[in-house]
Amino acid sequence: MDGLAHQIVAGIATGGIYASVALAIVMIYQATHHVNFAQGEMATLSCFIAWSMVQAGLPYWVAFFGTIVVSFAIGVVVERILIRPVANAPVLTMVGVFIGLLLIVGNATGWIFGYTTKVFPSPFTSDGPLLGGLVSAHELGSTVVTLTVLTLVWAFFRFTKLGLAMRAAAYNPRSSRLVGIRVGWMLALGWGLAAAIGAVAGMMVAPVVFLDPTMMLGILLYAFAGALLGGIDNPMGAVLGGFAVGVLENLAGAYVVGTELKLTVALAIIIGVLVVRPSGLFGRVVFSRV
Amino acid sequence: MSVSKGLPADAAIAAIPLPAAATPAWQRIALVLLGLAAAIAPIFVLESFHLFQLTMAVIMALAVLGLNIVTGYNGQISLGHGAFFAVGAYCTAILMSHFDWSFWPTLPISAAVCAGLGYGVGFPALRLAGHYLALTTFSLAVAVPQILKHKSIEDWTGGVQGLFLVKPDAPFGLPLSSDQWMYLVAVIVAGACFLLVWNLIRSRIGRALMATRDHATAAEAMGMDIGSLKTKAFALSAMITGIAGSLSAVAIEFVAPDSFSFGVSITLFVGMVVGGVASILGSLFGGLFVLFVPNIAEAISKAAPGVIYGVILILFLFLLPDGFAGLLRRIAAKLRGRG
Repeated sequence: MDGLAHQIVAGIATGGIYASVALAIVMIYQATHHVNFAQGEMATLSCFIAWSMVQAGLPYWVAFFGTIVVSFAIGVVVERILIRPVANAPVLTMVGVFIGLLLIVGNATGWIFGYTTKVFPSPFTSDGPLLGGLVSAHELGSTVVTLTVLTLVWAFFRFTKLGLAMRAAAYNPRSSRLVGIRVGWMLALGWGLAAAIGAVAGMMVAPVVFLDPTMMLGILLYAFAGALLGGIDNPMGAVLGGFAVGVLENLAGAYVVGTELKLTVALAIIIGVLVVRPSGLFGRVVFSRV
Repeated sequence: MSVSKGLPADAAIAAIPLPAAATPAWQRIALVLLGLAAAIAPIFVLESFHLFQLTMAVIMALAVLGLNIVTGYNGQISLGHGAFFAVGAYCTAILMSHFDWSFWPTLPISAAVCAGLGYGVGFPALRLAGHYLALTTFSLAVAVPQILKHKSIEDWTGGVQGLFLVKPDAPFGLPLSSDQWMYLVAVIVAGACFLLVWNLIRSRIGRALMATRDHATAAEAMGMDIGSLKTKAFALSAMITGIAGSLSAVAIEFVAPDSFSFGVSITLFVGMVVGGVASILGSLFGGLFVLFVPNIAEAISKAAPGVIYGVILILFLFLLPDGFAGLLRRIAAKLRGRG
């Protein structure tokens, strides 16, 4: 029984990571109806930036917030340079640009920082077991961080004028433009925000999976699964989906298929959701009219 | 900016066959003979390593052709065709190393298995347009090596170690080395597939595939069965990529899970865009590109091919969305206009 409880708690901790990445994907999907396949590689790059800052002697939390700022800037720049020129292009062009971005960012990371696995520091350490050995300090700390980020993002969209403007721009670009919202910049901000959220998720997962240029690929798959399970057009749903998928993954890994088929579990969830309920648990069912 | 122009629409215009009167019969026969000569000449000219590379380029071209059917001509974005490539390769490898089959009879088996699998993947794909299909096939491509490594099928797949097999020797006592014969096998099989697709695309079915891509509703209103067309396109596409996988298994004489990583699917996608989306000739360019460009780039750094792939992919999407084949077509049109 203790084992089961531990699996669920550990699942919630990784679920928080999936939920963050899923939220980043959903934010971009809501605004542009495109899935950012490069979200994972961008987060990996952020982690390497944080790692370099820590190596250079900066305290962890300075590196942490510095990385968030840098990642935000990278997100905005990517939107301005790569995404904006093809905003009205066919889906195939868009997917191609995302794949190109994935290739460039992923391989440039390997090129600059090398392919050897690196140890990423965790800011959360403890002397004794927490909650009777149920949870590690890092699991607890990273869950708190991801929950804080998710709450902040929610509050930003719910209570600030800028958040409202971004939601309006995503929901109805033309009307938003008519009331004076700069829709293009709202999209760029959305990309920056998504990149920053991805960076936090990456920095929280890096101490667990170790830092290497391909570390986010599997996580991206689970984030996709979480986003689809919750409904790809519903941020709240995607977050819940992320947590659910994290718990599901841990339970399946511990009791059903073992750890070797973890990615296949994500694939099965994705196909299962799309076949049984393509709009996800909380998504809007979209009818297309002719 | 040429980006705003729709890819499919451009391709559709370009794909309308030229009137036969434009090229006289003797010219066409001469072209075919020239093509045959160009295809066979490398056997006598190149030494075995370069011949092997060219064999792989032909095989990759065939795999890109498979992807082009479903993504280029039918507009269903697949980022997971490496999975079919892997299944084709493993079918041949398992039959040859566990059952001592010779190469040729494994080809129809792996074609049938891949077509069946493609049909199976294509079926849920009916519900998934655009991004959802890209996302599902992306996940499939990422998960494939893990599935191939799994313990339960290790007796068949050889697990992480993979399987070794041997190239077929030239039959009828032909004075060819196994590398030369392998090249010829690849050219014959790929040539047959290219011819098949060439004719298919210029038939009723090909036009229906493109109509489905360009305007699904209108196509349906004209009485086309969209669902059946899409699944069949997927099955055919998977079959052709699977045949390419079979050829690659014998050409390399080795299969292992890690040679079928997510990178293979991406490579095929890049090859298709660079060669030319919805272009048969473009698939050939795509095959040459994905084989030779990384070799050149690897001289710079291990990571360089990936970065260069990414940059070239984005440059083509921005500047030459109809790929290398489209560029040639425009140059040819210009020359013809002047002459």
